[in-house]
Amino acid sequence: MIELLSQPWPWWAAGIIIGLTVPTLLILGNKLFGISSSMRHLCAMCVPAKIPFFNYDWKKEIWNIFFIIGVLLGGFIASEFLSTDAPIQIAENTKTQLRDAGVVDVTNLLPEDIFSWSSLLSLRGFIFIVLGGFMVGFGTRWAGGCTSGHAIMGLSSLQWPSLVATIMFMVGGFIMTWLILPSLIAL
Amino acid sequence: MTEKNQNIEKKTPLWHNLKYMIVGIIFGIAFVKAEIISWFRIQEMFRLDSFHMYGVIGTGVVIGMLSIQIIKRFNIRSISGEEIVIPNKTFNKGQIYGGLIFGLGWAITGACPGPLFAQIGSGYSVIIITFLSATIGVWVYGYFREKLPH
Repeated sequence: MIELLSQPWPWWAAGIIIGLTVPTLLILGNKLFGISSSMRHLCAMCVPAKIPFFNYDWKKEIWNIFFIIGVLLGGFIASEFLSTDAPIQIAENTKTQLRDAGVVDVTNLLPEDIFSWSSLLSLRGFIFIVLGGFMVGFGTRWAGGCTSGHAIMGLSSLQWPSLVATIMFMVGGFIMTWLILPSLIAL
Repeated sequence: MTEKNQNIEKKTPLWHNLKYMIVGIIFGIAFVKAEIISWFRIQEMFRLDSFHMYGVIGTGVVIGMLSIQIIKRFNIRSISGEEIVIPNKTFNKGQIYGGLIFGLGWAITGACPGPLFAQIGSGYSVIIITFLSATIGVWVYGYFREKLPH
């Protein structure tokens, strides 16, 4: 069993688990699947600073913090106990294009020449690690959700505003990947 | 909600939330094992070089949709007997502007918020900075919220 689980999972296996998270949370306690709200709760918990957006009873949303701690632990368990040394099978075309753009490490989960403590203080590292993160937080909150809240939960419950958000996520991703990212990698 | 119900809710001990942590653990394992937390998988998706991520998200939506239909059709209740309610999302311009900014950021970090947590758990400690920066982004949004178009 452990042997089987340690192999890379096919897309449909992960898709089924992600999809089943929706009814599981609903049935366990009427909770709406969403991950980016956890960061709002953290702000409300730690630095509400009299900002109306952060003044609400975050204790009622504490389940969300338990959930993301679980995601973190799941990441640890999978890499520590359920992993093989097999490199990720990335499409050749993506690898070639990224190598040509200047990415050195194409074998790990993240290109370690870009995402590392030592690159943090370079302009490129700052953009990928700090600015990218800022845009993810600022953008998801303005959009009212991320891939989980809008693309999975919102589309599952047939909400058209979530379709708008999901399309914009993809548009942003395509613009960045095709038009801007090559110059950022070359920095 | 009646006052009585609120009192019951307040008395719910904190450890009852551990069930959500277990769901999160399974979810996080799936993220790592299907390589959703890989920066390269996200690049593949935006470069249209692989079906992998489209398959993951597409299957997730289909399973989620079927589950919600089953819950509605058979009027399934939560384990505490509550009726299951999914509030409607209202459209605002944030879904356009914010969605675009998140999309741009997603292709840079190669991670939406969920995978950020799984990456940190997998030992990529520098992603703690990405997560902190994302949380600062949320705070800054909250600060300027009234001035932004919605």
